[in-house]
Amino acid sequence: MVGAGSGTEKLKAWTARDAGLVGCRHCTRVSPIGTETCPRCGGGLTSRDPTSLQRVWAWAVVGLLFYIPANLYPMLITSTLGRPQEATIVGGVIELAQYGAWGVAAIVFFASVMIPVGKFIAIGYLAWIVRKPHGHSPKQLLHLFEVVEWIGRWSMIDVFVVAILVALVQFDLLATINPGIAAVCFALSVVFTMLSALSFDSRALWDQIETLADE
Amino acid sequence: MAAAPAADTRLDELVCCPVCDALHELGEVPADTRMRCVRCGTVIAVDRPEAIRRIVVLAATALVLMTIVVFYPFLELRTGMFVSRASVFDTVMSFAQGIMAPLSIAVAIFVIVLPVARLGLLIWALGPLSVEREPWPGAAFALRWAETLKPWAMAEIFMVGVAVALVKLADLATLSMGPAFWSFTAIVVITAIKDTQMSKHSIWSALDRARKS
Repeated sequence: MVGAGSGTEKLKAWTARDAGLVGCRHCTRVSPIGTETCPRCGGGLTSRDPTSLQRVWAWAVVGLLFYIPANLYPMLITSTLGRPQEATIVGGVIELAQYGAWGVAAIVFFASVMIPVGKFIAIGYLAWIVRKPHGHSPKQLLHLFEVVEWIGRWSMIDVFVVAILVALVQFDLLATINPGIAAVCFALSVVFTMLSALSFDSRALWDQIETLADE
Repeated sequence: MAAAPAADTRLDELVCCPVCDALHELGEVPADTRMRCVRCGTVIAVDRPEAIRRIVVLAATALVLMTIVVFYPFLELRTGMFVSRASVFDTVMSFAQGIMAPLSIAVAIFVIVLPVARLGLLIWALGPLSVEREPWPGAAFALRWAETLKPWAMAEIFMVGVAVALVKLADLATLSMGPAFWSFTAIVVITAIKDTQMSKHSIWSALDRARKS
């Protein structure tokens, strides 16, 4: 790890914006400020996206709205010898735990309950705190953001499990598994929270720290 | 180093951190060196001379394995005289009825379409570079989209889902994995290795150099 980043670590740095330039987030090239598309990769350029926080909140709220029915309605409808049984997300976790499959129960619980709930809290916290000068270390906030961004997709596990079970367990008389409406709600909730995290402009984590240091 | 750009510095030599916007002036990156952002520590440039060839080879391998995944059985379930077989395609179609149909499309996109699209785009963008030819038209477009689609390609998440489903079914029936299962596992591993070889700045400057020559 030799090179530009070794040694000193600082909060203030000369940014592309300070230099009257706009940096491309797709390919790292810089262009004069006001350029709208990157000459190297053709991506859109914005020095700071003024709508970023609005989009973060909007997607997060829609995601939260879909997360509620995802928990109330059944995820899986299992019929064994003609008797239908419905299981919600939490119901499925409890069932797995009763089998003694603790590890898998933990994975499903983590992916379907802990990650989504934690994500709503973390995104809300980040979007709230970057609006004004804050005394927090931007590096720690960045780590939080990176974790949120990376982990969000893993919530899809439960939707895929439902898909696999539905495809596989089709012994007409003996047993069948059908998807419940919660599977759709949950998938939408994951997609919207991912969009929320992707809308967040990580550069904002540093912007207000600089104002704080300037004062 | 982060530095105020001198009037004579050309824009080509400046690199901005995609995460925090800090400006860096990079000269030649020494071989096998990682350059990190002075402020947030994001890796900005990695010079691995073999990286592009490696990415293309790994992507091509994964793409070939993908054909096995789609057409061969994935999992097989037996209880007494009943046998049920599912390919990845069946899994995708499992929501195809009624109001669940959009979910079927979404699963198809996440598990098959986007992973394949990413591999195809990378080969299109970097394939000619790896054999020292001129890049094909639209290389920049392809490379940008391959990166943009990254969070939406969920093959590895699907595999964990398979593992969970296996445990759920373990005492209901006897399960066996088909050829598609093992190819899919290989694809996930190959894709992960491939993604570790990528560094935005290095790959984009390689494409830049190839376009200019």
